[in-house]
Amino acid sequence: MAELTIIEAIRAAIQGEMERDERVMVLGLDVGRLGGVFRTTDGMIEKFGRSRVFDTPLAEASIVGSAIGLAISGMIPVAEIQFLGFTHQAFHQMGDQLGRFRYRSRGRYPLPITVRAPMGGGTKTPEFHPDAIEAQFVQSPAIKIAVPSNPYDAKGLLIEAIRDPDPVLFIEPERLYRKGRAEVPDDDYRVPFGKARIVREGDDLTLIGWSAAVEVCEQSAAKLAEQGIQAEVIDLRTLVPLDVETLVTSVTKTGHCVVVHEAPLSAGFGAEVVATLQQEAFYALDAPIARVASFDTPYPPASLETAWLPSVGRVVSAALRTVKA
Amino acid sequence: MADQDGVYQVLQPSGKLKAGAKPALDDEFVLEGLRWMLLSRAFDAKATALQRQGKFGVFSPVLGQEAAVVGSALAFDPRIDWLVPQYRELPAYLIWGLPLRNHILTLSGNPVAGRIPDDVKLLPTQVALAAQLPHAVGIAWGLQIQGREGAVLTYFGEGASSEGDFHEACNLAGVVKAPIVFFLQNNQWAISTPRAYQSAAAHFSDRAAGYGFEGRVVDGNDLLAVYEVTREAVERARRGDGPTLIEAVTYRMSFHNTTDNPSRYQPPEELEEARLLDPIERVEAYLRERGLWSVEREKEMKQAAAEEIEAAIAEAQQAPPPQPSQIFDNVFAELTPRQAAQRDEMLGRSGDDG
Repeated sequence: MAELTIIEAIRAAIQGEMERDERVMVLGLDVGRLGGVFRTTDGMIEKFGRSRVFDTPLAEASIVGSAIGLAISGMIPVAEIQFLGFTHQAFHQMGDQLGRFRYRSRGRYPLPITVRAPMGGGTKTPEFHPDAIEAQFVQSPAIKIAVPSNPYDAKGLLIEAIRDPDPVLFIEPERLYRKGRAEVPDDDYRVPFGKARIVREGDDLTLIGWSAAVEVCEQSAAKLAEQGIQAEVIDLRTLVPLDVETLVTSVTKTGHCVVVHEAPLSAGFGAEVVATLQQEAFYALDAPIARVASFDTPYPPASLETAWLPSVGRVVSAALRTVKA
Repeated sequence: MADQDGVYQVLQPSGKLKAGAKPALDDEFVLEGLRWMLLSRAFDAKATALQRQGKFGVFSPVLGQEAAVVGSALAFDPRIDWLVPQYRELPAYLIWGLPLRNHILTLSGNPVAGRIPDDVKLLPTQVALAAQLPHAVGIAWGLQIQGREGAVLTYFGEGASSEGDFHEACNLAGVVKAPIVFFLQNNQWAISTPRAYQSAAAHFSDRAAGYGFEGRVVDGNDLLAVYEVTREAVERARRGDGPTLIEAVTYRMSFHNTTDNPSRYQPPEELEEARLLDPIERVEAYLRERGLWSVEREKEMKQAAAEEIEAAIAEAQQAPPPQPSQIFDNVFAELTPRQAAQRDEMLGRSGDDG
């Protein structure tokens, strides 16, 4: 058992899968000699060669589109898009193509493809880089979406994604890439999709987040504990499939809930979570469910991003309003 | 053998060989090509009629482009090569081994029963224009990585070549030297938008230079020329010398699809001119000259085509109709709990009893 960062955990997952199965390959911008702009594929081109660790031309649609053909030919592609915001330039190859090939071919062409991309703000990247557009892909109903928040889940969910017979969008929490280490088993292990993680137990309030927002929820829970409020923190781990059961069980216990995400408020995935909970747990609720999200504006200049992103302060005050309602 | 404008031709519109031309297809092969062309044209007529009766969905005929499709497809080996279609290339799908019945089922809205058989190296038709081109490159590249034999043929039109996917796919194919043939059918019309509005380039094939591979422009109504140029491209791919972009200059002699009305935009004299260049009549004249085509032979072949189509329609009618529960088939290997619950709800079952 080693203490790894999220970057190292992701690297361990990819490397292990490439050693295990020679059909697994990596393609994307700068994944080879540079080892990726975040170094997640560091050292791999030396180990596996250029045909399996391929620096593509700078064109996102053909990274995803060619991965589709590579999969049909018998490969298991792990495609890297440098930032989730850049998937807009591959969007038609994702929702329309990646997410429909098994369906439109009536099962003839399943696509075991993982598309990896980091998401989220807080690192003062230029515009478009930090956009949290995960909810846009939820409307493409045949792509699974994993949103790990920590090193253990990053490795286990990525192994699960690569072995999944269907396409997975694997969204990585950029801000947490190198922030802290956690114990990660050396062996391979799989974290199943559709099982949320209870990060911290509590009876008074449920805080729901995914990706880097889980950290905000955890910090908020610590603050609330100082005021005697015990928050249960849930990390969704995957948006598709969604673990409704764990959410309902928690909210039934606490009667209060705040959903936190980095995407702008309107039609963010939080809206789906809230709608599901009001359907499944309405009579257990003691107060309306609150959402803490970014504002319905374009992503602001880097110097203003901390005022835009959901903060511990905003989550704590939403939680207090909810609990005292 | 290039004309003044660089368009490669073997057979003149009259059906006579150009001076000095040697056909790369033997007579038997030309007859085989003609058979596919006649079958395609007969199917266009039948499918259009059935669409008008409400029995088929929207349909895009091949009419006028038969030589381009058949000549290119015959240059490949469907046992090892892959075909990545757009949607206006029926005879190529049949040459690859798709039963006509399956295509009819797809057109009549039952792709469930019309699934491509496992041993046919063909992708489903692609309605998103040019989106198939990166897929085709990926297949070719994957064959290359795995050291497997085989090349890829992919079709698209001059309109689709304005899409970004065309550029990205060609660029990547050039970089990895993918064993692929990009076959552009320039039929002069993207629904109502004329060729001149798509590109200021003299020939679409000229763009190949920008991707570092060979581009050829060929008379798309000349079966022998199309075959020959494609054959060279296939050999180039098999040698490991990378992609080729072929522009087949042809003419869409019918509507874009059954919802279209070309009389709103197509100059009638242009269509008349195109009819004089009919690709089927050209092959027939060539074979007649060689003593291989007669009124009887033509009647026989057309009769056989009509019978094949009727038999395929009858066979398609025997297929089980699609069931609503199949909406949920092949979404994922396994449905998510939420999808499964939606299916059960649709089928009138409670989530509890599964």
